[in-house]
Amino acid sequence: MTRHALATIGRATFFAVVLGFFSLPLLWLASAPFDAHPSITTSLPEFTFGNFRSLLDNPYVMSSLRNSLLQAAGSAALVVVLAALAAYALSRVRVPGRDALLYVLLLLSSVVTGTAAMVPLFELATRLNLIDTHLGVILTLSGGLLPAAIFILKDFMDGTPTSYEESARVFGASPLQILRHIVIPLVRPGLATIAVWAVANVWGSFLQPFILLRDPDKSPGAVILYTLYTEGGAPRLDLISTFSLLYSLPVVVMYVFVSRRYGFRFHGGIKR
Amino acid sequence: MISLSGLTKEFPGGVRAIDSLDLEIRDGEFFALLGPSGCGKTTLLRTIAGLETPTSGNVGIGGTDVTGLPPGRRDVAMVFQDYALFPHMDVTTNIAYPLRIKKVSRARREAKAAETASRLSLSELLARRPAQLSGGQQQRVALARAIASRPQVFLFDEPLSNLDARLRLEARTFLKRLQRELAVTTVFVTHDQGEALALADRIAVMNAGRITQVGTPSEVFHRPADPFVAGFIGSTPMNLLPASAEGGELHVAGAVLPLPRDIPDGPLVYGLRPEYADLSQSAPVGRRDAFSGKVAVVENLGTAHLVTLESGDLLIQVVVPEGDEPAVGASAWAAPRPGRALLYRDDRLLTGA
Ligand SMILES: Nc1ncnc2c1ncn2[C@@H]1O[C@H](COP(=O)(O)OP(=O)(O)OP(=O)(O)O)[C@@H](O)[C@H]1O
Ligand SMILES: [Mg+2]
Repeated sequence: MTRHALATIGRATFFAVVLGFFSLPLLWLASAPFDAHPSITTSLPEFTFGNFRSLLDNPYVMSSLRNSLLQAAGSAALVVVLAALAAYALSRVRVPGRDALLYVLLLLSSVVTGTAAMVPLFELATRLNLIDTHLGVILTLSGGLLPAAIFILKDFMDGTPTSYEESARVFGASPLQILRHIVIPLVRPGLATIAVWAVANVWGSFLQPFILLRDPDKSPGAVILYTLYTEGGAPRLDLISTFSLLYSLPVVVMYVFVSRRYGFRFHGGIKR
Repeated sequence: MISLSGLTKEFPGGVRAIDSLDLEIRDGEFFALLGPSGCGKTTLLRTIAGLETPTSGNVGIGGTDVTGLPPGRRDVAMVFQDYALFPHMDVTTNIAYPLRIKKVSRARREAKAAETASRLSLSELLARRPAQLSGGQQQRVALARAIASRPQVFLFDEPLSNLDARLRLEARTFLKRLQRELAVTTVFVTHDQGEALALADRIAVMNAGRITQVGTPSEVFHRPADPFVAGFIGSTPMNLLPASAEGGELHVAGAVLPLPRDIPDGPLVYGLRPEYADLSQSAPVGRRDAFSGKVAVVENLGTAHLVTLESGDLLIQVVVPEGDEPAVGASAWAAPRPGRALLYRDDRLLTGA
């Protein structure tokens, strides 16, 4: 009996500690932006909206959020369209060495956008005149996301029976019609998953836009966040916390919306 | 009309699913492809539809060679074994899909779908998704979709096999009436000989990628071309016993039977349907034309019993009417009815005995 009670108490304590560990940063994010003198500790704020006002005085803040949105949406669109086409082809056509190809791509993708490839990437972007353009950032980030996106989508497509497509083919549908009418609606949860995942990835990317963009007018939020320091190099916690809050809101809203609308399903096939 | 000539389909890995096959299917005919699992029925149907490319040979539909045409330009409609109804479309949209591909306006195709649906008593279900339908309803939606495309040929792959036994009988009658009304050439695949006999105008019996016999249900039932067909057709399998012709007499399992005149001496296979023998429990006097044996198994068929006799190391099955079934272990004699047995030599039908 006591043993049982002790175990319950032990478990509760454990979870309380873990919960505290994870919720403290979130609490900080919720309180610090409204605190007149925020520190790295969480405390009841000395309530003010002043931080928001001084943040908006920085000319790059709002434009950086717009840039983030543009780069994220552009990359997500590119990744979803290209990955859907590639995954459909790879799932339905017998290509010798298909699986090996996919694994190699997956392996290389982490190299392509990884730190090690930054110098050649910069060089390449310079020669293609893509430095300081949104397109350069979008292409680079999409390139890194595509292999994993293809991999996941191919799994979704493998899980849908071919008889639907064959049936449409006998009725005379063209490959693009089959893709539009049959395949895409069937793998829509997969496409939503990929889109959200791509947006979240681009939203958090720092290194690539930091290197590829010089003009602060084009920099996304992740890069601008890095500039919120005093001349002396000390972090402006009031601005950083406020910007972090603003910066994370769109992604949270997107998650909630997409998960309401489509539900995230990673297991492929059709939920009827 | 569908004509297949020298059709061969070899899958990568060397499986010959269809082996130089020739076949003519007439206009308006309800034609069954019957055979055991894995004999190549589905492959043949898919080759006619254009979903498989033949390794060699030709497919002709309505007098034109369509071997090189894609499925969409062959003017056929196929109903798949799993019906392949699009799960994200409701019944109307599913039925109207072939018309959507043909660029018929939305209003026209929805009217057409509603009309086809009412013909198959689906009017109440138009707004439902396939997942909200029973198996029988799904089957009718799949048929409606095929009908809506107004094809020259229907291809059905085991259209009834996903239905339970009772529904299958209803659907069978329904299908036959529908095909009569539409009078569209129909090829359907089945491994159920009863279904083929009941539905088809003609049947092709397939075995290992080849057609062993083509004929009307009655021809295939009464004069199976070889022992394989004989064993495959019929609700109870035919007795196939080793026999020999000697000096004008036929020796089978200890019985001596009259031999049709024109058969030379030598080994034979003697085929007799269990329905075409009479069982008696008293020894016949002064006659040798009955098989004697011990009753090994009695199976209840409802209105009759299937009795298995053990005669030496041969098994002979006889269907006995209700009430006449013998006790297990009793001695019994099975007398074949004259003119009902079939004789095969070298896997070819010689003549009835
Ligand atoms: N895509 C394929 N690749 C390789 N072999 C195949 C393929 N499809 C079918 N086969 C082989 O071809 C043969 C005929 O198959 P098919 O599906 O036509 O048989 P079936 O008569 O329809 O059988 P069932 O009654 O079980 O449906 C089988 O031996 C099968 O293993
Ligand atoms: Mg089959």
